[in-house]
Amino acid sequence: MAALRATRGGLRFAAKAGYTFTGRSFAPAFAPAFARSFSDLRFAPTHEWFKAEGDSATLGISDFAQGQLGEVVYVELPEVGSKVSAKDTLCTLESVKAVGEVYAPVDCEVTAVNEKLQDEPATVNSSPEEEGWLVKVKFTGDVSSLMDRAAYEKHLESEKTEE
Amino acid sequence: MAASRLARHCSRQAWIRAVRSFSTDLKQTLTYEEHLKEGGKMVDFAGYAMPVQYEAKGSKHALSIIDSTKWTRESASLFDVSHMCSIRWTGKDAFDFVERVTTADVYGLPAMTGSLSVITNERGGVIDDTLVTKCSSKEHGEHVYQVVNAGCAPKDLKHFEEQLGKFGGDVKMEVMWDNRGLFAIQGPKAAEVLQRLSPSTDLKSVPFGQCFWMTLEGAECLVSRCGYTGEDGFEVFVPGSAAVPVWQLLTSQAEVRLAGLGARDSLRLEAGLCLYGHELDEDTSPCEAGLSWVIPKARRDGAKNKFIGSDEILAQLSDKSRYKRLRAGLMPASGPPAREGAEIETLDEQVVGKVTSGSMSPCLKKNISIGYINKPHNKQGTDLQVVVRGKRHPAKVVKMPFVPTKYYKP
Repeated sequence: MAALRATRGGLRFAAKAGYTFTGRSFAPAFAPAFARSFSDLRFAPTHEWFKAEGDSATLGISDFAQGQLGEVVYVELPEVGSKVSAKDTLCTLESVKAVGEVYAPVDCEVTAVNEKLQDEPATVNSSPEEEGWLVKVKFTGDVSSLMDRAAYEKHLESEKTEE
Repeated sequence: MAASRLARHCSRQAWIRAVRSFSTDLKQTLTYEEHLKEGGKMVDFAGYAMPVQYEAKGSKHALSIIDSTKWTRESASLFDVSHMCSIRWTGKDAFDFVERVTTADVYGLPAMTGSLSVITNERGGVIDDTLVTKCSSKEHGEHVYQVVNAGCAPKDLKHFEEQLGKFGGDVKMEVMWDNRGLFAIQGPKAAEVLQRLSPSTDLKSVPFGQCFWMTLEGAECLVSRCGYTGEDGFEVFVPGSAAVPVWQLLTSQAEVRLAGLGARDSLRLEAGLCLYGHELDEDTSPCEAGLSWVIPKARRDGAKNKFIGSDEILAQLSDKSRYKRLRAGLMPASGPPAREGAEIETLDEQVVGKVTSGSMSPCLKKNISIGYINKPHNKQGTDLQVVVRGKRHPAKVVKMPFVPTKYYKP
């Protein structure tokens, strides 16, 4: 994967690299029960998704990010109660070939972690936006700069064709 | 998120660097287009555009690295390894020259047989690891056929040229590289596949290490029963014009799935095999690497046909106290994989070694690492710990290979 590049809002996921991006259409398969929360997912340019409800939120990585990382074999989750500053590492995901660090988009405190991932880390791949959620947090700070899904998909397109 | 610390797949001289597009700066093997057709995830490996894995939607070849590794051990996988460099040595003094630059017992090798060896420097360190084969053909008679790593090839060739200058003698070095295909078919069903494609060859009588000629798609191919996975398998040298047809022929066999560099690394790690730039480098002797066996008995007579660096290496063979560390296998019990660079400590935090390669084994579903450990902590069963991202995790020294090997013996 390409060298890291710092961008505003944290380090960019080094997926921007000549993998044959086959431009697959993003087709989330989700049960109707989740349709309500679908539109609430916001995305960081570094491929985390953030679902806020008041001052609480759930966080994970996008379908694009899980595809770039490969099958997750190990997940290192933070301790409940730990405080993480914006741009700091919240947790680490490992595939056979790579180590991926997941960053907090804003200052937050971890209130829950997805224990299921210790036994079934590949859930991050099969269900990145639902069953594969990583942490729940209480957060402070401004999240208005996070992208909605349409803007995020545009961001992915532009990363593909950039330069 | 950022993939900030990458598990470097390959040697320090040949990093996996993903490139923005199929840059024309990168070299291409003859089957480059075939990789693209199957959605090959291409990366820069030793200056070549090579596939890490294949991702064409709906294709049977679109396997994750984990599934590809498992498929290899259950059926058969096909790898394009044309980026490696092949050399043919001919001439009256060729055997003597190859015995000067490697530890191989060329004179002692039976006809059509190859063996792992190392190209050594003056200090007894390893310039590259290599497969040396005593081959014979109608055109060239008895000669040496050698394969070296892609990343080291420019260095190796320069070294050979320098040594040829000093050696004099009747030796000709012919490099066969980008104009031919070199394909590895590995796995328990590899022999079945080749047998079907060449019914007249009796593969049952060919042991691992031996090579033979086989006609595929009208071309005479040199096939060696060897590989880098721990499984039974073959490497097929195909003349340029037949490279794509032979690749397509092998790809279309029912038992075969394509595999890329990702699976190649997993497989060799599970088999406890060295990767140049990780377990081997110019400052590491074959003895430290646990490869004393690549210096056969006939080469241990310091008076006859000395190889470069033999003073130090032969000294190490007779006096093990000359080297303080040894390559060993480790299995971190739990926690994250201990990858290259991770420190190895005793339980009271004394640093005694370093990991050179590590990941999660797809077949064992456990963490495996290879590293160098100071004696006596390298003994099997020793309880040590590895440091990963500042945290310590217990790890036991284990025997390699991690996954039992299945080299074929008739």
